[in-house]
Amino acid sequence: MTESREHKCECLEAYRDIDRVIQKNRGDRGALIQVLHYVQERLGYVPRNVQVRVAQALGVSLSEVYGVVTFYSFFREKPRGKYIISSCQGTACYVRGAPEVLARLEKDLGISAGDTTEDGLFTLEVVRCLGACGLAPVITVNKDTHGRMSEDKVPSVLNLYRKKAESEVTVAGT
Amino acid sequence: MAPIALTIDGKRVTVEEGISILEAAKTVGIDIPSLCYLKDINVIGSCRVCVVEVEGAKTLQAACVTPVAPGMVVHTNTPKVRASRRLTVELILSDHPYECPTCPRNLNCELQALAERMGIRRIRFEGQRQEYKPDVSTPALVRDFNKCILCRRCVSVCEKVQGVNAIGPYGRGLKTTIGPAWGESMAESPCVQCGQCVLVCPVGALYEKDYTEEVWKALSDPNKHVIVQTAPATRVSIGEPFGLPPGSISTGKMVAALRRLGFAKVFDTDFAADLTIVEEGSELLDRLAKGGPFPLITSCSPGWIRFMEQFYPELSLNVSSCKSPQQMFGALAKTYYAEKTGIDPAKIVMVSIMPCTAKKYECQRPEMTSSGFQDVDYVLTVRELARMIKQAGIDFQELPEEEYDAPLGISTGAGVIFGATGGVMEAALRTAYELHTGKPLPRIDFEAVRGLNGVKEAAVDLDGTQLKVAVAHGLGNARVVLDRVKSGEVQYHFIEIMTCPGGCIGGGGQPIPTNTEIRQKRLEAIYEADRRMPFRKSHENPAVRELYETYLGKPLGPKSHHLLHTTYRWRSPFGSMVQKNHQGVWPLEEVAAASSPDEGVDDRR
Repeated sequence: MTESREHKCECLEAYRDIDRVIQKNRGDRGALIQVLHYVQERLGYVPRNVQVRVAQALGVSLSEVYGVVTFYSFFREKPRGKYIISSCQGTACYVRGAPEVLARLEKDLGISAGDTTEDGLFTLEVVRCLGACGLAPVITVNKDTHGRMSEDKVPSVLNLYRKKAESEVTVAGT
Repeated sequence: MAPIALTIDGKRVTVEEGISILEAAKTVGIDIPSLCYLKDINVIGSCRVCVVEVEGAKTLQAACVTPVAPGMVVHTNTPKVRASRRLTVELILSDHPYECPTCPRNLNCELQALAERMGIRRIRFEGQRQEYKPDVSTPALVRDFNKCILCRRCVSVCEKVQGVNAIGPYGRGLKTTIGPAWGESMAESPCVQCGQCVLVCPVGALYEKDYTEEVWKALSDPNKHVIVQTAPATRVSIGEPFGLPPGSISTGKMVAALRRLGFAKVFDTDFAADLTIVEEGSELLDRLAKGGPFPLITSCSPGWIRFMEQFYPELSLNVSSCKSPQQMFGALAKTYYAEKTGIDPAKIVMVSIMPCTAKKYECQRPEMTSSGFQDVDYVLTVRELARMIKQAGIDFQELPEEEYDAPLGISTGAGVIFGATGGVMEAALRTAYELHTGKPLPRIDFEAVRGLNGVKEAAVDLDGTQLKVAVAHGLGNARVVLDRVKSGEVQYHFIEIMTCPGGCIGGGGQPIPTNTEIRQKRLEAIYEADRRMPFRKSHENPAVRELYETYLGKPLGPKSHHLLHTTYRWRSPFGSMVQKNHQGVWPLEEVAAASSPDEGVDDRR
């Protein structure tokens, strides 16, 4: 499933830009982290084909590239969804029912925390304290904050973003 | 470098600037324990076993990475130091399987020895003990990550000494793993199966794939004719597991032991080494006559061959088409020897005793079947042979000296020196000189190509023809030489490349420990064994002459070509993992042409 998205045309543009950055740093082993940074910013993750390309061009081994990608939590090996749901499990949220909210999110999305849905729409993450304890339990979806969450509110929040995504596709299509 | 005076455990020590506390302590007889330290190769201070107290420092210092300073006062054996080291070792043990009696490194394990040295009788902690499946994907090596203590010696050797980079550390903290990228298997990685990682692993996380059971089974099968060949470098190391000092020449005892194990004939790979020289020497003279292609590069070392196929496939036409001595021997055993003795080759089981793990891989390469059978059936490392001798209850030290069987046990000093870096070059030069000039060699020893320097160069005068040669051992050194050749910076006629530091005497199948000092002793023993031989030039080997007269015809002839020569493949520098994960394919091009991953026989020859 990652493959199909990789080959979408809007991605090819990103790949061309990435390749320009890679080629600019050809043979420069010291540029590894910078180049991977750029890849992460453009694609939201560092796919394996890019790891190979970077290794070849910079003259470092695949072991080294993969080592860096897996060492720093900034880099990701899997694509992230359009909407990043962060479920706060800090103390305040926790005592006010955050675990139940998280369980419901996992159930409704059909994924575990840390993963991304098949359709690429949602990534579910767990965070410690978002600094909005007054609204506990809290989740954020990209930059939106949803306070005083409950298990039962989960479907309507998810639907909000599903509709949003759909309308964007329609607009883009017209 | 100015000398530096410091105090270690009350003793005044004067050492060179820049060396570590650990090395300085050694000079006054203080052995600071360590698990990750590997001189000049892995100096990272990660295991924290070597901690010492340095007066004026707030915390304990890792002795392996802390350089000496003038007036420094070091204490290596205080209650604080002992408590810290003990805690560290206990924590490592808490996440290490307690399988010592069944571990291949039992009684030869640095962690076990350290626990014993520290008197640890109880481990206060229980680690998370994740279970990993051992990687048995290659014919040569086993990687059991359950036992790994994350010291990274294997990673450093693979990168810095061999320049292969097949494995690395991934993730961090308790989730750190060591292995090929993407969690792939060793077989799918660019690993060349040289086994240098096995030699440096302090524990049982890396070891050779053991074929002793298969060999025992063949030996007890009355329908099998089990014969054995022993590589040059095995005779100077087999004594070590039995308590003989490194550098002991145990040729006769090894032959006697193999006979007692039940091998029908005990032959010598040195015979095939002589044969290799006649073929490869002829190849060199042929190229000199034709004017190229140069450089000719040796092909005896299977780790190097795999390395070349992955990283320097464009040089495959420069590499000699000669099979390695092991494979020449196997092909002849099941043809020439079978015909000569009237033994059905289907009943012959060919076993090799090798200082090498990559030979296990080599004998299973699909093209190594020119006899119509798998030419070499089983390869045992020196370590495995030692285990068999122990299992059989043979007192090695008390064995008499016995002789190899004829005719495939007859060899020369030139065959013996194949076991050392520079040896193939020297053997080839001894023969090429005499064949080319028709004159006897004025001086048989080519000192310039001997010794443990990483890259050696020499110019040899073949009676008017100037021959420029180079020798590299350790694949990292091979890279240095080959990159210079590719850039046109240097030109050579002939290059010898051996995969392992020191050549086969430092091979991945040698007894553990194998370090620089031990390599040097084995090296000296090889040249001593050469001096003791009645014949010292390959073309003078009477059994090789007879082989040509009665069977092969002439060097590089059609029969030689069929049995003794081979072809190479182009392989991806990333191993097969990139093609396997088609995520490895770059979307902007047709199947990433840049990685030239077309796996196929190179038929340009």
